[in-house]
Amino acid sequence: MNQINHSLSLTESAKRPLNIIQNIGSIIGFSGLATLLISLFNIYAESQVPYLFYGAIGAISLGTIIYTIGSYGGKTEGIKNDYNWLSGLTSKGSFAWIAGIFITTFYVFLYWFPQHLGLGENGAANKGLVGFFDPLSILLKGEGKFASQWFMYGTLYTLAILIFGIKFIVKYRHNRYQVIRTISVMLFQLGFAFIIPAFLERMSLPYNDFKNVWPLNYYFFDTWNINGMLNAGNIGLFMLIFGIAMVLIITPILTYFFGKRWYCSWVCGCGGLAETAGDSFRHLSDKSQSAWKIERWMIHLVLAISVLMTIAVIYNYRAQETSYLVTTEIFLIGIFSLALILSGLVFYNRNKWIKKQNKIAFQIAGGILISLVAFTAYAYFLKGSNDLFVIQTYKIQKFYGFYIGATFSGVIGVGFYPIMGSRVWCRFGCPMAALLGLQQKFFSRFRITTNGSQCISCGNCSTYCEMGIDVRAYAEKGQDIVRASCVGCGICSAVCPRGVLKLENGPAIQDRATAKRAIFISEDKVGLLD
Amino acid sequence: MKIVIIGNGISGITAAKTLRKHSDHQIIVLSDESELFFSRTALMYVFMGHMRAKDIIPHNKKFYDDNNIELYLTRVRTVDFDSKSIVLEDDNFIDYDRLIIATGSKPRLMNWPGKQLDGVQTLYHIQDLENIERHCENLERGIIVGGGLIGIELAEMLHSRNIPVTMLVRESEYWNSVLPMEEAKMVSDHIRTHNIDLKLNTELNEIWGDKKKVKMILTNTGEKINCEFVGLTVGVQPNIDFLHFTKLEKNKGILINDRLETNMEGVYAIGDCAEIRNPKEGRKNIEAVWYTGRMMGELAAHNILGKELDYNPGVWFNSAKFFDIEYQVYGSVPNNPREGIGQLFWKHPKKDKSIRLVYDLSTKEVMGFNLMGIRYRHEVCEKWISEKTHIEDVLRNLNLANFDPEFFSSYERLLVDAYNQETGSSLKLKQKKSLSNVLNFLSK
Repeated sequence: MNQINHSLSLTESAKRPLNIIQNIGSIIGFSGLATLLISLFNIYAESQVPYLFYGAIGAISLGTIIYTIGSYGGKTEGIKNDYNWLSGLTSKGSFAWIAGIFITTFYVFLYWFPQHLGLGENGAANKGLVGFFDPLSILLKGEGKFASQWFMYGTLYTLAILIFGIKFIVKYRHNRYQVIRTISVMLFQLGFAFIIPAFLERMSLPYNDFKNVWPLNYYFFDTWNINGMLNAGNIGLFMLIFGIAMVLIITPILTYFFGKRWYCSWVCGCGGLAETAGDSFRHLSDKSQSAWKIERWMIHLVLAISVLMTIAVIYNYRAQETSYLVTTEIFLIGIFSLALILSGLVFYNRNKWIKKQNKIAFQIAGGILISLVAFTAYAYFLKGSNDLFVIQTYKIQKFYGFYIGATFSGVIGVGFYPIMGSRVWCRFGCPMAALLGLQQKFFSRFRITTNGSQCISCGNCSTYCEMGIDVRAYAEKGQDIVRASCVGCGICSAVCPRGVLKLENGPAIQDRATAKRAIFISEDKVGLLD
Repeated sequence: MKIVIIGNGISGITAAKTLRKHSDHQIIVLSDESELFFSRTALMYVFMGHMRAKDIIPHNKKFYDDNNIELYLTRVRTVDFDSKSIVLEDDNFIDYDRLIIATGSKPRLMNWPGKQLDGVQTLYHIQDLENIERHCENLERGIIVGGGLIGIELAEMLHSRNIPVTMLVRESEYWNSVLPMEEAKMVSDHIRTHNIDLKLNTELNEIWGDKKKVKMILTNTGEKINCEFVGLTVGVQPNIDFLHFTKLEKNKGILINDRLETNMEGVYAIGDCAEIRNPKEGRKNIEAVWYTGRMMGELAAHNILGKELDYNPGVWFNSAKFFDIEYQVYGSVPNNPREGIGQLFWKHPKKDKSIRLVYDLSTKEVMGFNLMGIRYRHEVCEKWISEKTHIEDVLRNLNLANFDPEFFSSYERLLVDAYNQETGSSLKLKQKKSLSNVLNFLSK
């Protein structure tokens, strides 16, 4: 097949034409970004810093908004995906690689060399980029509360969600689902991840991002975090109970009714950044079967590691603390019984699960639960010792923090947006997404309905699925789509030129997901009943 | 059994997949356009940069290998029906036990003077995209001749590259040979909001050029327009030239009976290239749309496997997108209704959205739905139409049909109000638009 394929070349053949408003927006935005970067070289006078800081943030915001107006302002409402695979930035061209390398480098410094970003070590004053954020930090958190690299990062992260959220809303202004969902992620980020934590710190309470739920928040059960909450009075106790209730009660209930989208594309900050700043790169996700296979192994492996790590951490906490709500025995027996009951349930329903596409899910779920049973039994006989595993707990935590918490979710997850698409972390690495995905696959009313036989197999849905789901493969057969990875962003439905897809909550999931309704002749009519 | 399919479009590939699903016969698919089946309707999105060429290919090579469907990129010269053998352009032969001809359409070119000039082209094949790409460079104006579905796609493609476009449409509004007047006018206005120079009631007379390149066109209104590109999109016709001088019975297309069989033993014709001898009431002999092609592909496969089923395409449906306006139609929606047909029409005062219900005035049975900018459920509309549901029943339950995404405004109530006003009745919307209500209704 002769292909017109601009996508793999590093030299773009058809440039996205920028109009004058877009150019003005770009210049203002990049001047703000340049002001931020120049702060790294400590050439600003101290008295200038607040003005330059607010000026830079303002310029970035204003520039993005002007660019948005230039992009969509004069155009009719509708899907605006022209040039996505023609322009280099959005089709893995040279600009994409430059952007990818830039963001990746930033993350490497952020996680491992914050001193080079200007973080003052051992009580020294901040300099450079981190110091540039001191005025805002003091404004929010109070006198003497200087910025950390995390405050700097959090501010930029929130800013990105807000300004690109506005861009997203303008782009999809004809689609109220997209507008409401985006306002939701913007508010959750601004309120729960940025303002509330800052005020908690102002009131000398422990840091807490209420929407950051275990297992995404992998340190929730770490000794220092639990102690921090326990030592913070009633509010701390509330944080602890709320955090546990989120995992055990709120999350399963909401996922049952709405699918995992309530979290992944309405609340979560990782999802929020992917949907807003990452929107221009959503089509870059890999749709191949092998990518899907890697995804299933990888994400469930991360979930398994984080579950085992957390149990080890909690177990160690018991081993250290004498006065606590439950004893080690009760804790271990509790987990043991829970895992045993769940294993029993899985085993009891095995025929239903193994039928057709659920075989792998059955194996994974069974594997995780049986290892939990074995593991708690093993731990029970080891109690009193500080290590649950042959390797020590803190080493697992260190491994997880370095490879998964930092490298995967940050450096690769965001740094590779322009190369691998916006949801790399959510798709391949996030244990929360894995957990919600299992709930979505087996105990949820959420699905994407297909509209009879209207599909023309065009491929827009699959192309714009940030999670790499081959939506078309289901739509062209008229099957409802129930996939663990679907974050319910609703873009497949939005880009469909024939009105075939709809996100819905309703009963009778599994039947509809296996029945093929676009088939013209029903199989009983032709006498093929097997 | 050795089954050969000529053509790897939606009809041919659906036939191949259905055959493989229910049998172990040898299946060979021949195509001269592309090795793998692609979605022809999505070509425009490749040009506009929404997708890559490979994204409009639903199944990769491995799929065909795994399912043991043999694909050959070759051109068929002719078929010798007596000896059941296909003659390829390189003089090789392929024998068959059963043959499915699914060669689709080719663009109609008419007899305009100048149609051979460089810069004049159609939009049908994947190769056409490369030509448009070549002509697009430094293009100052493109002319599109024809007010149909491909014409507006081509207009959108050129518009996406900021190329000024003039569209010549013979009818008094865009596509009102099919669309009712209000909808046709809505699309015409929508086309103009994209700064497309839409010339209605205008036809092409001649194309002029120098040194083989297009320079100008002349319309039937006497207007001369400078241009470097002319897209001819005045419809398609069956692509069956290679079967001239054979015993196969043809009219415009290959003539087939209700089993999709031609006059030659073991030979079937499906999709755009086929012409049904006795179409069902209200249907055409040749329906060059994706959906009927898919149905025929499936049916031909079952008939080859001995099921002896008649072609019955059921309730008509179709869909398209005109720039930003989605369009869906279910059942019969005449552009020029006969006496005795009732119409209920609602149009959004500001947006490009409308709903039209067509029903029989004497029996009050619902006949069709026409939607602009609003999505309706195929299965629900189909059930209402095929069960000849009373219009008031439909209106009371109209919420069940709505398929717009969550949080979208719904306008069904306004349609009911319009009906109440017209007839003096006092109907109320009964059902909420929840999925469980829809499933209950469909399983009734």
